[in-house]
Amino acid sequence: MTTFFNLTLAGLSSGAVFAALGLSLVIIYRATRVVNFAQPALALISSYVAYSVTKGTGSYWLGFAAAIVVGTVLGIAVERLLVRPLRNAPELSPIIATMGLLLVLQAVAGMIWSNEPHAFSYAFDFRGRFSAADLFAVLAVLVTATGVLLLFKFTSLGLRMRAAAFNPEVARLLGVRVGVMLTLGWGLAAAVGSLAGLLAVPPFISPTVLDEVFVFALTAAVLGGLDNPLGTIVGGLALGIGLSYVAGLLGPELVPLAALAILVSVLAVRPAGLFGRATARRV
Amino acid sequence: MLEIEGLSAHYGPVRALSEVNLKVEEGSITAILGANGAGKTTLLRVISGLVRASGGRVTAFGEDITAMPTDRIARSGVAHVPEGGGVIPELTVEENLRLGALWRPDRADRARALDEVLELFPPLAPRRSKAAGTLSGGERQMLAIGRGLMGRPRMLLLDEPSLGLAPLVAAKIMAVLRDLRADTGLTVLLVEQNARSALSISDYGFVLGLGEVVASDDAATLLADDQLRHAYLGF
Ligand SMILES: Nc1ncnc2c1ncn2[C@@H]1O[C@H](COP(=O)(O)OP(=O)(O)OP(=O)(O)O)[C@@H](O)[C@H]1O
Ligand SMILES: [Mg+2]
Repeated sequence: MTTFFNLTLAGLSSGAVFAALGLSLVIIYRATRVVNFAQPALALISSYVAYSVTKGTGSYWLGFAAAIVVGTVLGIAVERLLVRPLRNAPELSPIIATMGLLLVLQAVAGMIWSNEPHAFSYAFDFRGRFSAADLFAVLAVLVTATGVLLLFKFTSLGLRMRAAAFNPEVARLLGVRVGVMLTLGWGLAAAVGSLAGLLAVPPFISPTVLDEVFVFALTAAVLGGLDNPLGTIVGGLALGIGLSYVAGLLGPELVPLAALAILVSVLAVRPAGLFGRATARRV
Repeated sequence: MLEIEGLSAHYGPVRALSEVNLKVEEGSITAILGANGAGKTTLLRVISGLVRASGGRVTAFGEDITAMPTDRIARSGVAHVPEGGGVIPELTVEENLRLGALWRPDRADRARALDEVLELFPPLAPRRSKAAGTLSGGERQMLAIGRGLMGRPRMLLLDEPSLGLAPLVAAKIMAVLRDLRADTGLTVLLVEQNARSALSISDYGFVLGLGEVVASDDAATLLADDQLRHAYLGF
Protein backbone atom coordinates (compact mmCIF):
# COMPACT_ATOMS: atom_id res chain seq x y z
CA MET A 1 0.00 0.00 0.00
CA THR A 2 2.79 2.41 0.89
CA THR A 3 4.54 1.60 -2.39
CA PHE A 4 1.35 2.48 -4.19
CA PHE A 5 1.13 5.75 -2.31
CA ASN A 6 4.77 6.56 -2.99
CA LEU A 7 4.45 5.73 -6.67
CA THR A 8 1.43 7.98 -6.91
CA LEU A 9 3.34 10.85 -5.35
CA ALA A 10 6.32 10.28 -7.59
CA GLY A 11 4.05 10.18 -10.61
CA LEU A 12 2.36 13.37 -9.57
CA SER A 13 5.51 15.46 -9.86
CA SER A 14 6.58 14.08 -13.23
CA GLY A 15 2.96 14.28 -14.37
CA ALA A 16 2.88 17.95 -13.41
CA VAL A 17 5.77 18.57 -15.77
CA PHE A 18 4.03 16.67 -18.61
CA ALA A 19 0.92 18.70 -17.87
CA ALA A 20 2.74 22.04 -18.04
CA LEU A 21 4.60 21.24 -21.25
CA GLY A 22 1.41 19.75 -22.68
CA LEU A 23 -0.48 22.89 -21.73
CA SER A 24 2.02 25.01 -23.63
CA LEU A 25 1.40 22.87 -26.72
CA VAL A 26 -2.36 23.13 -26.32
CA ILE A 27 -2.40 26.92 -25.92
CA ILE A 28 -0.64 27.20 -29.26
CA TYR A 29 -2.55 24.44 -31.00
CA ARG A 30 -5.83 26.04 -30.03
CA ALA A 31 -4.80 29.44 -31.30
CA THR A 32 -2.96 28.50 -34.48
CA ARG A 33 -3.71 24.81 -35.21
CA VAL A 34 0.03 24.21 -35.09
CA VAL A 35 1.68 21.56 -32.95
CA ASN A 36 4.73 23.48 -31.86
CA PHE A 37 7.48 20.88 -32.11
CA ALA A 38 10.01 23.58 -31.26
CA GLN A 39 8.52 23.92 -27.77
CA PRO A 40 11.05 21.63 -26.04
CA ALA A 41 13.87 23.51 -27.75
CA LEU A 42 12.53 26.85 -26.53
CA ALA A 43 12.30 25.38 -23.03
CA LEU A 44 15.80 23.98 -23.48
CA ILE A 45 17.33 27.32 -24.45
CA SER A 46 15.60 29.07 -21.56
CA SER A 47 16.80 26.37 -19.17
CA TYR A 48 20.35 26.85 -20.43
CA VAL A 49 19.94 30.58 -19.85
CA ALA A 50 18.84 29.75 -16.31
CA TYR A 51 21.91 27.55 -15.96
CA SER A 52 24.25 30.34 -17.10
CA VAL A 53 22.57 33.07 -15.06
CA THR A 54 22.52 30.90 -11.94
CA LYS A 55 26.15 30.00 -12.47
CA GLY A 56 27.10 33.63 -12.94
CA THR A 57 25.07 35.14 -10.12
CA GLY A 58 24.77 32.25 -7.71
CA SER A 59 21.02 32.80 -7.54
CA TYR A 60 18.67 30.03 -8.66
CA TRP A 61 15.73 32.42 -8.72
CA LEU A 62 17.46 34.98 -10.89
CA GLY A 63 18.15 32.19 -13.38
CA PHE A 64 14.53 31.04 -13.06
CA ALA A 65 13.18 34.51 -13.85
CA ALA A 66 15.61 35.00 -16.71
CA ALA A 67 14.51 31.68 -18.21
CA ILE A 68 10.83 32.61 -18.14
CA VAL A 69 11.53 35.99 -19.73
CA VAL A 70 13.80 34.56 -22.42
CA GLY A 71 11.31 31.76 -23.10
CA THR A 72 8.47 34.24 -23.56
CA VAL A 73 10.50 36.38 -25.92
CA LEU A 74 11.56 33.32 -27.91
CA GLY A 75 7.95 32.19 -28.22
CA ILE A 76 6.90 35.60 -29.50
CA ALA A 77 9.82 35.65 -31.93
CA VAL A 78 8.95 32.22 -33.31
CA GLU A 79 5.37 33.28 -33.94
CA ARG A 80 6.32 36.55 -35.57
CA LEU A 81 9.29 35.40 -37.62
CA LEU A 82 8.59 31.77 -38.43
CA VAL A 83 4.92 30.92 -38.09
CA ARG A 84 3.17 34.12 -39.18
CA PRO A 85 4.94 34.33 -42.55
CA LEU A 86 3.67 30.79 -43.23
CA ARG A 87 0.04 31.44 -42.36
CA ASN A 88 -1.09 31.15 -45.96
CA ALA A 89 1.17 28.19 -46.72
CA PRO A 90 -0.11 24.58 -46.66
CA GLU A 91 -1.19 23.40 -43.22
CA LEU A 92 1.86 21.21 -42.73
CA SER A 93 4.41 23.95 -43.41
CA PRO A 94 4.46 25.62 -39.99
CA ILE A 95 4.63 22.23 -38.31
CA ILE A 96 7.62 21.23 -40.38
CA ALA A 97 9.17 24.63 -39.74
CA THR A 98 8.88 24.16 -35.98
CA MET A 99 10.42 20.68 -36.31
CA GLY A 100 13.31 22.22 -38.20
CA LEU A 101 13.68 24.86 -35.53
CA LEU A 102 13.82 22.12 -32.88
CA LEU A 103 16.84 20.57 -34.58
CA VAL A 104 18.53 23.92 -35.17
CA LEU A 105 18.06 25.10 -31.60
CA GLN A 106 19.30 21.82 -30.16
CA ALA A 107 22.42 22.13 -32.30
CA VAL A 108 22.86 25.76 -31.29
CA ALA A 109 22.52 24.81 -27.62
CA GLY A 110 25.23 22.19 -28.15
CA MET A 111 27.49 24.76 -29.79
CA ILE A 112 27.05 27.36 -27.07
CA TRP A 113 26.92 25.17 -24.00
CA SER A 114 28.52 21.94 -25.41
CA ASN A 115 26.86 18.57 -25.73
CA GLU A 116 28.31 17.42 -22.41
CA PRO A 117 25.81 17.39 -19.57
CA HIS A 118 26.20 20.12 -16.94
CA ALA A 119 24.96 19.89 -13.37
CA PHE A 120 21.74 21.90 -13.05
CA SER A 121 20.98 22.97 -9.54
CA TYR A 122 17.74 22.54 -7.64
CA ALA A 123 16.27 25.29 -5.53
CA PHE A 124 14.99 22.75 -3.04
CA ASP A 125 16.04 19.55 -1.40
CA PHE A 126 15.42 16.81 -3.93
CA ARG A 127 16.19 13.78 -1.78
CA GLY A 128 13.51 11.40 -0.56
CA ARG A 129 10.25 10.05 -1.86
CA PHE A 130 8.26 13.22 -2.33
CA SER A 131 10.88 15.88 -1.88
CA ALA A 132 10.55 19.62 -1.50
CA ALA A 133 11.56 19.87 -5.15
CA ASP A 134 8.70 17.57 -6.15
CA LEU A 135 6.27 19.57 -4.07
CA PHE A 136 7.51 22.76 -5.69
CA ALA A 137 7.05 21.28 -9.15
CA VAL A 138 3.48 20.22 -8.43
CA LEU A 139 2.55 23.51 -6.81
CA ALA A 140 4.21 25.64 -9.48
CA VAL A 141 2.38 23.78 -12.21
CA LEU A 142 -0.96 23.83 -10.41
CA VAL A 143 -0.72 27.56 -9.74
CA THR A 144 0.36 28.29 -13.30
CA ALA A 145 -2.27 26.06 -14.87
CA THR A 146 -4.99 27.53 -12.67
CA GLY A 147 -3.82 30.99 -13.64
CA VAL A 148 -3.98 30.13 -17.33
CA LEU A 149 -7.44 28.59 -17.02
CA LEU A 150 -8.73 31.59 -15.06
CA LEU A 151 -7.22 33.93 -17.62
CA PHE A 152 -9.01 32.15 -20.46
CA LYS A 153 -12.30 31.76 -18.67
CA PHE A 154 -12.76 34.94 -16.67
CA THR A 155 -10.83 37.82 -18.19
CA SER A 156 -11.72 39.87 -21.23
CA LEU A 157 -8.24 39.24 -22.62
CA GLY A 158 -8.87 35.51 -22.29
CA LEU A 159 -12.23 35.85 -24.01
CA ARG A 160 -10.58 37.68 -26.89
CA MET A 161 -7.88 35.03 -27.11
CA ARG A 162 -10.45 32.24 -27.22
CA ALA A 163 -12.53 34.06 -29.82
CA ALA A 164 -9.45 34.64 -31.96
CA ALA A 165 -8.66 30.94 -31.69
CA PHE A 166 -12.15 29.63 -32.40
CA ASN A 167 -13.04 31.98 -35.23
CA PRO A 168 -10.42 34.55 -36.24
CA GLU A 169 -12.58 36.13 -38.92
CA VAL A 170 -15.53 36.74 -36.62
CA ALA A 171 -13.15 37.96 -33.91
CA ARG A 172 -11.80 40.55 -36.33
CA LEU A 173 -15.31 41.66 -37.21
CA LEU A 174 -15.82 42.29 -33.49
CA GLY A 175 -12.76 44.48 -33.24
CA VAL A 176 -10.34 41.90 -31.82
CA ARG A 177 -6.72 42.31 -32.91
CA VAL A 178 -6.25 38.68 -33.81
CA GLY A 179 -2.56 39.03 -34.60
CA VAL A 180 -1.84 40.46 -31.17
CA MET A 181 -3.82 37.65 -29.55
CA LEU A 182 -1.77 35.05 -31.43
CA THR A 183 1.47 36.65 -30.36
CA LEU A 184 0.33 36.81 -26.75
CA GLY A 185 -0.74 33.18 -26.95
CA TRP A 186 2.69 32.08 -28.18
CA GLY A 187 4.39 34.14 -25.51
CA LEU A 188 2.20 32.70 -22.79
CA ALA A 189 2.67 29.18 -24.08
CA ALA A 190 6.43 29.55 -24.25
CA ALA A 191 6.52 30.91 -20.69
CA VAL A 192 4.58 27.89 -19.44
CA GLY A 193 6.83 25.62 -21.51
CA SER A 194 9.92 27.21 -20.00
CA LEU A 195 8.57 26.57 -16.53
CA ALA A 196 8.09 22.93 -17.49
CA GLY A 197 11.65 22.80 -18.78
CA LEU A 198 13.07 24.27 -15.59
CA LEU A 199 11.21 21.66 -13.56
CA ALA A 200 12.12 18.77 -15.84
CA VAL A 201 15.79 19.45 -16.47
CA PRO A 202 17.52 18.75 -13.13
CA PRO A 203 19.88 17.23 -12.17
CA PHE A 204 21.74 17.49 -15.50
CA ILE A 205 21.19 19.66 -18.55
CA SER A 206 22.17 18.57 -22.04
CA PRO A 207 20.70 19.38 -25.48
CA THR A 208 18.52 16.27 -25.58
CA VAL A 209 17.41 16.28 -21.95
CA LEU A 210 13.82 17.28 -22.72
CA ASP A 211 13.18 14.90 -25.62
CA GLU A 212 11.55 12.17 -23.57
CA VAL A 213 9.52 14.63 -21.49
CA PHE A 214 8.29 16.19 -24.70
CA VAL A 215 7.01 12.89 -26.00
CA PHE A 216 5.07 12.40 -22.77
CA ALA A 217 3.81 15.99 -22.86
CA LEU A 218 2.57 15.49 -26.40
CA THR A 219 0.87 12.30 -25.25
CA ALA A 220 -0.79 14.26 -22.44
CA ALA A 221 -1.96 16.92 -24.88
CA VAL A 222 -3.40 14.32 -27.24
CA LEU A 223 -5.10 12.58 -24.32
CA GLY A 224 -6.64 15.92 -23.46
CA GLY A 225 -7.94 16.36 -26.99
CA LEU A 226 -5.21 18.79 -28.14
CA ASP A 227 -7.41 21.83 -27.71
CA ASN A 228 -8.57 21.38 -24.15
CA PRO A 229 -6.30 22.96 -21.52
CA LEU A 230 -8.02 21.38 -18.52
CA GLY A 231 -8.10 18.00 -20.24
CA THR A 232 -4.38 18.23 -20.89
CA ILE A 233 -3.59 19.02 -17.27
CA VAL A 234 -5.66 16.06 -16.10
CA GLY A 235 -4.15 13.95 -18.89
CA GLY A 236 -0.60 14.92 -17.90
CA LEU A 237 -1.12 14.12 -14.23
CA ALA A 238 -2.84 10.82 -15.03
CA LEU A 239 -0.08 9.87 -17.43
CA GLY A 240 2.61 10.71 -14.87
CA ILE A 241 0.94 8.58 -12.22
CA GLY A 242 0.23 5.73 -14.64
CA LEU A 243 3.82 5.66 -15.87
CA SER A 244 5.08 5.78 -12.30
CA TYR A 245 3.10 2.61 -11.54
CA VAL A 246 4.53 0.95 -14.62
CA ALA A 247 8.07 1.95 -13.66
CA GLY A 248 7.65 0.88 -10.04
CA LEU A 249 5.71 -2.32 -10.51
CA LEU A 250 6.88 -3.61 -13.90
CA GLY A 251 10.23 -1.90 -14.46
CA PRO A 252 11.35 1.47 -15.80
CA GLU A 253 12.39 0.05 -19.18
CA LEU A 254 8.71 -0.46 -20.00
CA VAL A 255 7.75 3.21 -19.52
CA PRO A 256 8.03 4.40 -23.15
CA LEU A 257 6.16 1.30 -24.32
CA ALA A 258 3.45 1.89 -21.73
CA ALA A 259 3.06 5.51 -22.81
CA LEU A 260 2.60 4.37 -26.38
CA ALA A 261 0.11 1.71 -25.31
CA ILE A 262 -1.91 4.25 -23.32
CA LEU A 263 -1.93 6.66 -26.23
CA VAL A 264 -2.96 4.08 -28.81
CA SER A 265 -5.68 2.57 -26.67
CA VAL A 266 -7.19 5.94 -25.74
CA LEU A 267 -7.17 7.08 -29.35
CA ALA A 268 -8.74 3.79 -30.43
CA VAL A 269 -11.64 4.28 -28.02
CA ARG A 270 -11.90 8.07 -28.21
CA PRO A 271 -10.23 9.48 -31.32
CA ALA A 272 -10.77 13.06 -30.13
CA GLY A 273 -8.91 12.36 -26.88
CA LEU A 274 -10.36 11.77 -23.44
CA PHE A 275 -11.73 15.28 -23.23
CA GLY A 276 -11.86 16.30 -26.87
CA ARG A 277 -14.89 17.94 -28.42
CA ALA A 278 -14.05 17.31 -32.03
CA THR A 279 -17.69 17.24 -33.08
CA ALA A 280 -18.32 20.79 -31.97
CA ARG A 281 -15.45 22.18 -33.96
CA ARG A 282 -15.55 20.84 -37.49
CA VAL A 283 -16.84 23.71 -39.57
CA MET B 1 -22.46 57.87 -44.14
CA LEU B 2 -21.25 55.11 -46.40
CA GLU B 3 -20.13 55.78 -49.90
CA ILE B 4 -18.91 53.22 -52.38
CA GLU B 5 -17.35 54.35 -55.63
CA GLY B 6 -16.31 52.20 -58.56
CA LEU B 7 -15.77 49.20 -56.32
CA SER B 8 -14.48 45.97 -57.87
CA ALA B 9 -13.46 42.71 -56.26
CA HIS B 10 -12.06 39.44 -57.56
CA TYR B 11 -11.57 35.93 -56.27
CA GLY B 12 -8.58 34.94 -58.33
CA PRO B 13 -9.79 35.30 -61.91
CA VAL B 14 -13.47 35.40 -60.87
CA ARG B 15 -14.90 38.89 -60.84
CA ALA B 16 -17.42 39.16 -58.02
CA LEU B 17 -18.03 42.92 -58.08
CA SER B 18 -17.50 45.33 -60.93
CA GLU B 19 -17.60 49.08 -60.62
CA VAL B 20 -20.24 49.20 -57.93
CA ASN B 21 -21.46 52.63 -56.88
CA LEU B 22 -23.66 52.91 -53.85
CA LYS B 23 -24.59 55.32 -51.12
CA VAL B 24 -26.14 54.74 -47.74
CA GLU B 25 -27.71 57.73 -46.01
CA GLU B 26 -27.34 58.22 -42.30
CA GLY B 27 -30.26 56.79 -40.37
CA SER B 28 -31.64 54.86 -43.33
CA ILE B 29 -32.26 51.21 -43.94
CA THR B 30 -30.84 50.30 -47.31
CA ALA B 31 -31.50 46.91 -48.86
CA ILE B 32 -29.04 45.08 -51.11
CA LEU B 33 -30.92 42.53 -53.16
CA GLY B 34 -30.02 40.00 -55.77
CA ALA B 35 -29.96 36.32 -56.65
CA ASN B 36 -27.44 33.72 -55.44
CA GLY B 37 -23.96 34.65 -56.46
CA ALA B 38 -24.86 38.25 -57.30
CA GLY B 39 -22.06 39.55 -55.07
CA LYS B 40 -24.02 40.68 -52.00
CA THR B 41 -21.83 38.91 -49.46
CA THR B 42 -18.70 40.02 -51.28
CA LEU B 43 -19.87 43.62 -51.09
CA LEU B 44 -20.22 43.44 -47.29
CA ARG B 45 -16.91 41.62 -46.96
CA VAL B 46 -15.13 44.31 -48.94
CA ILE B 47 -16.73 47.03 -46.81
CA SER B 48 -15.41 45.45 -43.63
CA GLY B 49 -12.04 44.61 -45.10
CA LEU B 50 -12.32 40.81 -45.12
CA VAL B 51 -11.91 40.86 -48.89
CA ARG B 52 -9.67 43.47 -50.47
CA ALA B 53 -11.05 45.58 -53.27
CA SER B 54 -9.26 45.29 -56.59
CA GLY B 55 -10.42 48.79 -57.47
CA GLY B 56 -12.52 51.63 -56.19
CA ARG B 57 -13.09 53.14 -52.81
CA VAL B 58 -15.15 52.71 -49.66
CA THR B 59 -15.71 55.76 -47.48
CA ALA B 60 -17.40 55.47 -44.10
CA PHE B 61 -18.13 58.42 -41.81
CA GLY B 62 -16.04 60.55 -44.12
CA GLU B 63 -12.96 58.34 -43.81
CA ASP B 64 -11.45 56.17 -46.54
CA ILE B 65 -11.59 52.63 -45.14
CA THR B 66 -10.74 50.73 -48.32
CA ALA B 67 -7.39 49.52 -47.00
CA MET B 68 -8.14 49.61 -43.28
CA PRO B 69 -7.72 46.36 -41.30
CA THR B 70 -10.98 44.65 -40.40
CA ASP B 71 -10.63 45.04 -36.64
CA ARG B 72 -10.11 48.78 -37.02
CA ILE B 73 -13.14 49.15 -39.26
CA ALA B 74 -15.15 47.37 -36.58
CA ARG B 75 -13.80 49.71 -33.92
CA SER B 76 -14.71 52.72 -36.04
CA GLY B 77 -18.38 51.81 -35.63
CA VAL B 78 -19.22 49.35 -38.40
CA ALA B 79 -20.79 46.14 -37.11
CA HIS B 80 -20.92 43.34 -39.67
CA VAL B 81 -23.14 40.37 -38.89
CA PRO B 82 -21.89 37.79 -41.38
CA GLU B 83 -23.89 35.25 -43.34
CA GLY B 84 -25.11 32.61 -40.89
CA GLY B 85 -24.48 34.94 -37.95
CA GLY B 86 -20.96 33.85 -37.07
CA VAL B 87 -21.97 32.94 -33.55
CA ILE B 88 -19.10 31.14 -31.79
CA PRO B 89 -20.71 27.89 -30.62
CA GLU B 90 -18.02 27.06 -28.04
CA LEU B 91 -18.61 30.29 -26.13
CA THR B 92 -21.64 30.97 -24.00
CA VAL B 93 -24.39 33.31 -25.13
CA GLU B 94 -23.16 35.96 -22.73
CA GLU B 95 -19.53 35.57 -23.80
CA ASN B 96 -20.57 35.98 -27.42
CA LEU B 97 -22.43 39.14 -26.53
CA ARG B 98 -19.66 40.58 -24.37
CA LEU B 99 -17.19 39.95 -27.14
CA GLY B 100 -19.06 42.45 -29.31
CA ALA B 101 -18.30 45.30 -26.91
CA LEU B 102 -14.85 44.46 -25.56
CA TRP B 103 -13.06 47.04 -27.64
CA ARG B 104 -15.01 49.81 -25.98
CA PRO B 105 -13.21 51.13 -22.91
CA ASP B 106 -16.30 52.14 -20.93
CA ARG B 107 -16.97 49.12 -18.72
CA ALA B 108 -20.21 50.43 -17.22
CA ASP B 109 -21.62 51.17 -20.64
CA ARG B 110 -20.69 47.67 -21.82
CA ALA B 111 -22.77 46.27 -18.98
CA ARG B 112 -25.64 48.57 -19.92
CA ALA B 113 -25.42 47.46 -23.54
CA LEU B 114 -25.66 43.83 -22.41
CA ASP B 115 -28.85 44.56 -20.48
CA GLU B 116 -30.31 46.42 -23.44
CA VAL B 117 -29.58 43.62 -25.87
CA LEU B 118 -31.06 41.01 -23.54
CA GLU B 119 -34.14 43.17 -23.29
CA LEU B 120 -34.30 43.57 -27.06
CA PHE B 121 -34.10 39.80 -27.57
CA PRO B 122 -35.92 38.26 -24.59
CA PRO B 123 -35.31 34.61 -25.60
CA LEU B 124 -31.57 35.13 -25.01
CA ALA B 125 -31.84 36.19 -21.38
CA PRO B 126 -32.62 32.79 -19.83
CA ARG B 127 -29.91 31.18 -21.96
CA ARG B 128 -27.07 33.58 -21.18
CA SER B 129 -24.82 30.98 -19.61
CA LYS B 130 -25.59 28.22 -22.13
CA ALA B 131 -23.18 27.41 -24.93
CA ALA B 132 -24.21 29.35 -28.02
CA GLY B 133 -24.09 26.08 -29.97
CA THR B 134 -27.25 24.95 -28.19
CA LEU B 135 -29.41 27.79 -29.55
CA SER B 136 -32.07 27.42 -32.23
CA GLY B 137 -31.55 29.08 -35.61
CA GLY B 138 -33.70 32.07 -34.73
CA GLU B 139 -32.02 32.54 -31.36
CA ARG B 140 -28.63 32.34 -33.03
CA GLN B 141 -29.55 35.09 -35.43
CA MET B 142 -30.79 37.20 -32.52
CA LEU B 143 -27.51 36.54 -30.74
CA ALA B 144 -25.55 37.52 -33.82
CA ILE B 145 -27.44 40.78 -34.26
CA GLY B 146 -27.36 41.48 -30.54
CA ARG B 147 -23.61 40.93 -30.51
CA GLY B 148 -23.26 43.41 -33.34
CA LEU B 149 -25.27 45.96 -31.37
CA MET B 150 -23.11 45.48 -28.25
CA GLY B 151 -20.48 47.73 -29.81
CA ARG B 152 -23.05 50.52 -30.20
CA PRO B 153 -22.25 50.75 -33.90
CA ARG B 154 -23.11 53.67 -36.09
CA MET B 155 -23.78 51.31 -38.96
CA LEU B 156 -24.99 47.73 -39.00
CA LEU B 157 -24.22 45.44 -41.95
CA LEU B 158 -26.47 42.39 -42.03
CA ASP B 159 -25.92 39.46 -44.37
CA GLU B 160 -29.19 37.58 -44.88
CA PRO B 161 -30.42 37.67 -41.30
CA SER B 162 -33.59 35.79 -42.23
CA LEU B 163 -31.82 32.96 -44.05
CA GLY B 164 -33.23 29.61 -43.03
CA LEU B 165 -35.62 31.03 -40.48
CA ALA B 166 -39.34 30.34 -40.21
CA PRO B 167 -41.32 33.23 -41.78
CA LEU B 168 -42.66 34.30 -38.42
CA VAL B 169 -39.18 34.49 -36.87
CA ALA B 170 -37.84 36.30 -39.93
CA ALA B 171 -40.65 38.83 -39.69
CA LYS B 172 -39.86 39.38 -36.03
CA ILE B 173 -36.24 40.12 -36.85
CA MET B 174 -37.26 42.58 -39.54
CA ALA B 175 -39.56 44.27 -37.03
CA VAL B 176 -36.72 44.56 -34.53
CA LEU B 177 -34.54 46.22 -37.17
CA ARG B 178 -37.30 48.63 -38.12
CA ASP B 179 -37.86 49.59 -34.47
CA LEU B 180 -34.14 49.95 -33.82
CA ARG B 181 -33.80 52.38 -36.64
CA ALA B 182 -36.85 54.31 -35.48
CA ASP B 183 -35.65 54.45 -31.86
CA THR B 184 -31.92 54.95 -32.22
CA GLY B 185 -31.39 56.26 -35.74
CA LEU B 186 -29.10 53.32 -36.51
CA THR B 187 -28.00 53.08 -40.13
CA VAL B 188 -28.61 49.62 -41.57
CA LEU B 189 -27.29 47.98 -44.72
CA LEU B 190 -29.43 44.91 -45.16
CA VAL B 191 -28.48 42.13 -47.57
CA GLU B 192 -31.40 39.85 -48.34
CA GLN B 193 -32.60 37.37 -50.89
CA ASN B 194 -36.07 37.75 -49.48
CA ALA B 195 -36.61 41.01 -51.32
CA ARG B 196 -40.19 41.58 -50.31
CA SER B 197 -39.61 41.47 -46.58
CA ALA B 198 -36.37 43.48 -46.84
CA LEU B 199 -37.95 46.21 -48.95
CA SER B 200 -40.93 46.38 -46.59
CA ILE B 201 -38.71 47.92 -43.90
CA SER B 202 -36.20 49.69 -46.16
CA ASP B 203 -36.03 53.24 -47.44
CA TYR B 204 -33.87 52.49 -50.40
CA GLY B 205 -32.75 49.43 -52.32
CA PHE B 206 -29.97 48.38 -54.65
CA VAL B 207 -30.29 45.34 -56.85
CA LEU B 208 -27.13 43.46 -57.77
CA GLY B 209 -26.86 41.15 -60.75
CA LEU B 210 -23.59 39.35 -61.49
CA GLY B 211 -21.58 41.85 -59.52
CA GLU B 212 -23.12 44.98 -60.97
CA VAL B 213 -25.77 47.34 -59.72
CA VAL B 214 -28.68 46.72 -62.10
CA ALA B 215 -31.23 48.89 -60.34
CA SER B 216 -31.47 51.30 -57.45
CA ASP B 217 -34.42 53.26 -56.23
CA ASP B 218 -36.75 53.97 -53.34
CA ALA B 219 -37.90 50.77 -51.71
CA ALA B 220 -41.51 51.47 -52.61
CA THR B 221 -40.65 52.02 -56.27
CA LEU B 222 -38.65 48.81 -56.44
CA LEU B 223 -41.50 46.90 -54.83
CA ALA B 224 -43.88 48.23 -57.47
CA ASP B 225 -41.62 47.51 -60.47
CA ASP B 226 -43.05 44.29 -61.89
CA GLN B 227 -40.40 43.81 -64.53
CA LEU B 228 -37.57 44.15 -62.04
CA ARG B 229 -39.29 41.87 -59.56
CA HIS B 230 -39.58 39.14 -62.16
CA ALA B 231 -36.10 39.55 -63.55
CA TYR B 232 -34.06 39.86 -60.37
CA LEU B 233 -36.08 39.54 -57.23
CA GLY B 234 -38.05 36.40 -57.86
CA PHE B 235 -41.47 37.31 -56.51
N1 LIG C 1 -14.22 32.47 -51.53
C1 LIG C 1 -14.56 32.52 -52.83
N2 LIG C 1 -13.73 32.04 -53.77
C2 LIG C 1 -14.05 32.08 -55.08
N3 LIG C 1 -15.19 32.60 -55.54
C3 LIG C 1 -16.07 33.10 -54.66
C4 LIG C 1 -15.80 33.09 -53.26
N4 LIG C 1 -16.85 33.64 -52.61
C5 LIG C 1 -17.73 33.99 -53.58
N5 LIG C 1 -17.27 33.67 -54.80
C6 LIG C 1 -17.95 33.95 -56.09
O1 LIG C 1 -18.20 35.32 -56.15
C7 LIG C 1 -19.50 35.57 -56.66
C8 LIG C 1 -20.30 36.38 -55.66
O2 LIG C 1 -20.50 35.62 -54.48
P1 LIG C 1 -21.22 36.18 -53.18
O3 LIG C 1 -21.03 35.19 -52.11
O4 LIG C 1 -20.77 37.55 -52.93
O5 LIG C 1 -22.73 36.19 -53.66
P2 LIG C 1 -24.06 36.41 -52.82
O6 LIG C 1 -24.83 37.42 -53.56
O7 LIG C 1 -23.75 36.67 -51.41
O8 LIG C 1 -24.78 35.01 -52.97
P3 LIG C 1 -25.73 34.25 -51.93
O9 LIG C 1 -27.08 34.87 -52.05
O10 LIG C 1 -25.74 32.84 -52.44
O11 LIG C 1 -25.15 34.37 -50.57
C9 LIG C 1 -20.09 34.21 -56.95
O12 LIG C 1 -19.91 33.96 -58.32
C10 LIG C 1 -19.29 33.27 -56.14
O13 LIG C 1 -19.21 32.01 -56.75
MG1 LIG D 1 -24.21 35.74 -49.64
